[in-house]
Amino acid sequence: MDKLPRWADVALIPVVNLVLALIVSGIVVTLIGENPFDAMMIMVNGAVGSTYGWGYTLFYATNFVFTGLAVAVAFHARLFNIGGEGQAQLGSLGVALVCLYIPWPHWTLALPGAIVGGALFGAAWAAIPAYLQARRGSHIVITTIMFNFIASALLVYLLITSLKAPGMAPETARFPEATYLPTAQDFFAAIGIPFARTPLNVSFIVALIACWLVWLLMWRMRLGYEIRAFGHSEPAAIYAGISPFRITMVAMLISGALAGLMGINAVMGEQQRLLQDNVLGAGFVGIAVALMGRSHPVGVLLAAILFGALYQGGAELEFETSVPREMVVVIQALVILFTGALDGMVRGPLEKAFLRYRKQPKPGVAAE
Amino acid sequence: MDFLTVVQILDSTVRLATPLLLACLAGLFSERAGVVDIGLEGKMLIAAFFSAAVAYSTGSVWLGLLAGVAASMVFGVIHGLASITFRGDQLISGVALNFLASGMTVLIAQDWFAQGGRTPALDGAARFSSIDLPGAGALRDVPFIGPIYDDLISGHTILVYVAVLMVPLSWYVLFRTRFGLRLRAVGENPGAVDTAGISVVRLRYSAVLICGFLCGLAGAYLATGLAAGFVKDMTAGRGYIALAALIFAKWRPWYALGACLLFGLLESIGNRYQSLDLLGLQIPSQFMQALPYILTVVILAGFVGKATPPRAGGTPYVKEK
Repeated sequence: MDKLPRWADVALIPVVNLVLALIVSGIVVTLIGENPFDAMMIMVNGAVGSTYGWGYTLFYATNFVFTGLAVAVAFHARLFNIGGEGQAQLGSLGVALVCLYIPWPHWTLALPGAIVGGALFGAAWAAIPAYLQARRGSHIVITTIMFNFIASALLVYLLITSLKAPGMAPETARFPEATYLPTAQDFFAAIGIPFARTPLNVSFIVALIACWLVWLLMWRMRLGYEIRAFGHSEPAAIYAGISPFRITMVAMLISGALAGLMGINAVMGEQQRLLQDNVLGAGFVGIAVALMGRSHPVGVLLAAILFGALYQGGAELEFETSVPREMVVVIQALVILFTGALDGMVRGPLEKAFLRYRKQPKPGVAAE
Repeated sequence: MDFLTVVQILDSTVRLATPLLLACLAGLFSERAGVVDIGLEGKMLIAAFFSAAVAYSTGSVWLGLLAGVAASMVFGVIHGLASITFRGDQLISGVALNFLASGMTVLIAQDWFAQGGRTPALDGAARFSSIDLPGAGALRDVPFIGPIYDDLISGHTILVYVAVLMVPLSWYVLFRTRFGLRLRAVGENPGAVDTAGISVVRLRYSAVLICGFLCGLAGAYLATGLAAGFVKDMTAGRGYIALAALIFAKWRPWYALGACLLFGLLESIGNRYQSLDLLGLQIPSQFMQALPYILTVVILAGFVGKATPPRAGGTPYVKEK
């Protein structure tokens, strides 16, 4: 018998954790001399009060869906992939190479090409830590952290040497116009609805498809079952004939590929050129998103939109009040802290409460 | 490269290795007790901010140091609550604390000083000044020994010497005292320690507090010794390099000194040269910056000496009922 009913585990605990994180954030806002309720209203309005707000919210959410799914898939195999940042950087590089060096006639062809490029490069960057974990037993958390730094050094090096465009800035040339992805503005204009000019683009659809594919993989396919079985109990998985080496590699390759896909949104969809840092911490936000979303694609999508709204709302907050954008980082930290690390603080008392409630069975209902 | 350049590079190596060494020893205590801490970065950062802020406000670097250490220890207690008391995931707690430090420091700095997330520049008594060891001036003109003694050994701030002294002290505490024996045992086999009637929780909390204290020194040194004030994200990955050094050192104090000096040397060379000409091969400075991480991965892979972490590291201890 589970200690908690399913709805409490899936919905109640994340909501309680989120509320705790928001209460502490509110206290922080109060301490720096702003009214937390006003701040909240500004953030909500800025994030979802206009098509402009929605555009940016969903644009950020697209990044976080990819990095969140990346962390979630690895979590299912009980691997903590903290290297989403580096894998997304390499994925961005892959996307940029595909866009720069292949003369695409139209974006409908360039997009699949860029998806392959981003996924391959992201997966390749996850492959080495995965191999070292599976074969040499080196802890994947440490190696993926190290690979984040190596990725960033590599990108800086490439952008001041071989990939550098003429000029001062360490960035590549702009991609050819044929690779530009249609934005939400283009879409809605076609059906006659005015939508503000934002970087929200067709990658959002790709992110939704990625959510569906991850669900299909994890809960409808043999491989997903094996990944989850391995995550639940390694000895049981080995007994069932599942190879730990294969699952570790496959889970991390999928994870890295998903993180790498972030490049199509951030590089191809927004910047249209490779910068020194295109990821801007989204790899780490993925950790918070996966934790909040309980590693389920639907949860990841909802959490990603929440964090997209936080990022967009935080930008508006900085614009209208004296609260700097770093407030978002604080909220993000508190969400990770409460949902990830201090989960037991909420879960323990709740489990006790539910157990007490269950000890008095209703008359006429057989005990379980 | 002449002799004086070498001395200058080594001198800056010592300065740059100091925060790494303090943070590395901090991680050593924590991980030896079975509490994995990837929050070294965050603790250093919060300590750097509070030491600079209080040193600026009071004009006393010592009060700043105290505030920095206190802030870092508060973070240590949060990490302890999450990973010891509530048996949460130690890695996730560390990640969260790193973000918390990164956001909070800028938030508070902006609220207090309104200078774009930094503290005003420190000077005078609000900074650690360098100490001239006796005889440094007299020996300055002696060839060879003079520059080494005057530049390299003398003329650092007090925290540099404290950091170096911490190495034998850590070794002594961990390997020659009863407390150290128990601390190491709790990182290998907490069940056995518990059976012996010693509190696992108390030992782990003391390890986490020592870790907070040492990270506090590291952060304070960054903001009030190495630099003159706090700037946003000024730790710049040093907490992770310290973590790398800890693995490189195979969780041993004296090796930690070596590893931190090596990584400090790499940083120092990377700062000084845009690219390095080695036997006709151009080595870009980005490679020097990435080298600590690459070396750590190589060590972790076990190709050059196997690094085995404390066995109970990362797992919360659940008492049998």
